[in-house]
Amino acid sequence: MELKSGIPTGPLELKWDKHRFEMKLVNPANKRKYTIIVVGSGLAGASAAASLSELGYNVKCFCFQDSPRRAHSIAAQGGINAAKNYRNDGDSIYRLFYDTVKGGDFRAREANVYRLAQISVEIIDQCVAQGVPFAREYGGLLANRSFGGAQVSRTFYARGQTGQQLLLGAYQALEKEIARGGVTMYPRTEMLDLVVIDGRARGIVTRDMVTGAIEAHVADAIVLGTGGYGNVFYLSTNAKGSNVTAIWRAHKRGAAFANPCYTQIHPTCIPVSGEYQSKLTLMSESLRNDGRVWVPKQPGDSRRPDQIPEAERDYYLERRYPSFGNLAPRDIASRAAKAVCDEGRGVGPGGLGVYLDFADAIRRLGAETIRERYGNLFEMYQRITDEDPYRMPMRIFPAVHYTMGGLWVDYNLMSTIPGLHVIGEANFSDHGANRLGASALMQGLADGYFVLPNTISDYLASARLEKVDADHPEFRRVTGEAAVRTRRFLEIKGTRTVDSFHRELGRIMWDKCGMARNAAGLREALERIPALREAFWRTVNVPGSDAELNQALERAGRVADFLELGELMCRDALHREESCGGHFREEHQTEDGEARRNDEEFAYVAAWEYTGLERPPQLHREPLEFEYVHLAQRSYK
Amino acid sequence: MNLVLHVWRQPGPAAKGSLVRYDVQDVSPDMSFLEMLDVLNERLMQRGEAPIAFDHDCREGICGACSLMINGVAHGPNRGTATCQLHLRSFRDGDHINVEPWRARAFPVIRDLVVNRSALDRVIAAGGYISAPTGCAPDGNAILIPKDVVDTAMDAAQCIGCGACVAACPNGSASLFTGAKIAHLGLLPQGQPERLDRARRMVRQMDIEGFGHCTLYGECQEACPKEISIDTITRMNRDFLRASLVAGRGATARSD
Repeated sequence: MELKSGIPTGPLELKWDKHRFEMKLVNPANKRKYTIIVVGSGLAGASAAASLSELGYNVKCFCFQDSPRRAHSIAAQGGINAAKNYRNDGDSIYRLFYDTVKGGDFRAREANVYRLAQISVEIIDQCVAQGVPFAREYGGLLANRSFGGAQVSRTFYARGQTGQQLLLGAYQALEKEIARGGVTMYPRTEMLDLVVIDGRARGIVTRDMVTGAIEAHVADAIVLGTGGYGNVFYLSTNAKGSNVTAIWRAHKRGAAFANPCYTQIHPTCIPVSGEYQSKLTLMSESLRNDGRVWVPKQPGDSRRPDQIPEAERDYYLERRYPSFGNLAPRDIASRAAKAVCDEGRGVGPGGLGVYLDFADAIRRLGAETIRERYGNLFEMYQRITDEDPYRMPMRIFPAVHYTMGGLWVDYNLMSTIPGLHVIGEANFSDHGANRLGASALMQGLADGYFVLPNTISDYLASARLEKVDADHPEFRRVTGEAAVRTRRFLEIKGTRTVDSFHRELGRIMWDKCGMARNAAGLREALERIPALREAFWRTVNVPGSDAELNQALERAGRVADFLELGELMCRDALHREESCGGHFREEHQTEDGEARRNDEEFAYVAAWEYTGLERPPQLHREPLEFEYVHLAQRSYK
Repeated sequence: MNLVLHVWRQPGPAAKGSLVRYDVQDVSPDMSFLEMLDVLNERLMQRGEAPIAFDHDCREGICGACSLMINGVAHGPNRGTATCQLHLRSFRDGDHINVEPWRARAFPVIRDLVVNRSALDRVIAAGGYISAPTGCAPDGNAILIPKDVVDTAMDAAQCIGCGACVAACPNGSASLFTGAKIAHLGLLPQGQPERLDRARRMVRQMDIEGFGHCTLYGECQEACPKEISIDTITRMNRDFLRASLVAGRGATARSD
């Protein structure tokens, strides 16, 4: 396996333009001869499917939900970044590029990040044209706010429902193309496998989740926009259905999996309240614009927050990072919260929480302004916790949120399997080891609207594709394997539920490969996960049949994949002997507890090749070069 | 706390359904309603019984997947709350609770509490968009929109497409859903060129899908987890009426 990043030559600012010109085009009259499969219908998938159809390709789009409008992008709250410099505060494409490379702890490709910053400007225009109701100033111009990791206001938002509005924009564009006949939509359909013929991705195998029918779909190119795999931790901010299956099965067919251990822990989530809990709810990072984070100075101080005088509070982010303060990036803010809780100064049940306090902001701006800015978030908090954040500070704690790892892709967003493209959170690109707030929406839409529709034509125009159909022996083989695997779950007839395995895996992952990792813990996880996997395949209980709507069966397939992925994540975390972004190895920290990178040995993307079940995967390295942003210790002090 | 559930069980679209009693013991008032169903399902599977199928995903009240009729009320007793954000503290120890799927002609039952809501997607496909192909947009600030206008558009735009309005309506009408989209796009300057055509096509599609007519019961507004106002239906009716009056002048230029 060879990793060819395909980064264009020439100055950073001109790479994308030059590349766009050099790529081959498909004649408009020939586009309708090509079929492209898009799996996933979130920001990346829906925007790609709609844009490809507008260009004239035949598109088949798949999602496991009952409607593409329910993709998990809908839950993103805070905003989307764009280097518009509408605030005249010194923003520029270069500054967004710089902040993103630095924020990602120098583990992203410069060329990709620069392109993302360039395209960010166009995304806002596109979404406004679609009718996305971004917040406006009284004069009718677009409003902005600031987000963690940035000192400029470059985040565009639609109340606390930005992801929802952007997704609905893309979804409406998709529905427009479905009505026109350019896209065939397959809701409640799950991708089970990838079909590779003569070294190229030529189709997928799916299961109709209502009838159980296993079907083959042939195409000239495949696009995976299936999101992240944070649910490997069981508890996360992801929707319950989010899973790794599509990209994991593609990995097993030859697509390299890059930087699997990079998991973003989001600092502002509602703390866990009990064993039964099914997921964690995120409170938008925008709250840190006005909320101040603190814990009592004394460990074990159990007084109510309003009875702890100012002098006995530790505003630890403002103390440790005076220039960024409460807006420190997510990885830094999360670890700082963990540190104060480890010292016994955490608040709330179990001591796993810190205060996010709006009292000062309410005094300064009035409750009405705060209600206007964050009303729906406050309401959501109150509903879940039964506490009123206008009177009592919120309690927050870090939680698993976003996975920066994913399938390795080149500059054209193509994986190591020719014809298999991967976009949005499902690929590894652009965010490095940590993602800045309001950048996920930006990447999903950049990939789907503007990058992929250009690069995929280059593939289609250059590849010589033999004609294949679903009767091809390879299609029949993979379809048969998928059916056998599905039935196998039902035949085990064991005693333990699928969820009990998922929870146990999640606990191992959080304890050993979560906010902080060390070699001993990771080695222990690498012993325990294969044993758990073995127990799963021996004792899991999946009721019902494969010819009906069977939610336990769906979950079994996904948890089986998480049990394999978890091991790869720990392996990746163990080999990376440094701390960077969301990957904090306890052995590698500075004296004051900050992450210590090792650029000499680890300035590379770790791309893992699957070599067979129960065999160690093979590591390939893509060296990262930093020509424009000089490698330096990150500082937010 | 302990609860007694009476849950609609129906193995398949063509099968006969019925309410089945489940005694759910020892659950916490801090659980969400769906977490309580998770716990019940775990217990059912441990006893070798088939778990209850229900739709859900984000569990943050935004994806619109969850869809339960709880004691005859869409999304249960709390105002402006989707089922996934409903907590057991809203019930009393020992309560009997009926749990049923959305019921409407346009929403056929797939299994247990899961219904098919694809009709709503087809209503959007009929015209619930602004035709702005990728890559030809003017600068975002070239379109000025007064703050109160964009705020009102956003009030309508936050519809989560759950279908509670349809389930709550005695006529099974989707007017609040459709009205919300027509109001969202129709309030914005970008939405003007296709405004009347949009109203005509979306309203017609509702009929094709088998949704009932709006006779202003107002139940939709009460059930809506996003508290979308029934005023959006008035906007829809006005646009639809105007579309009928100007038919033939541009509005029908596109094929139906």
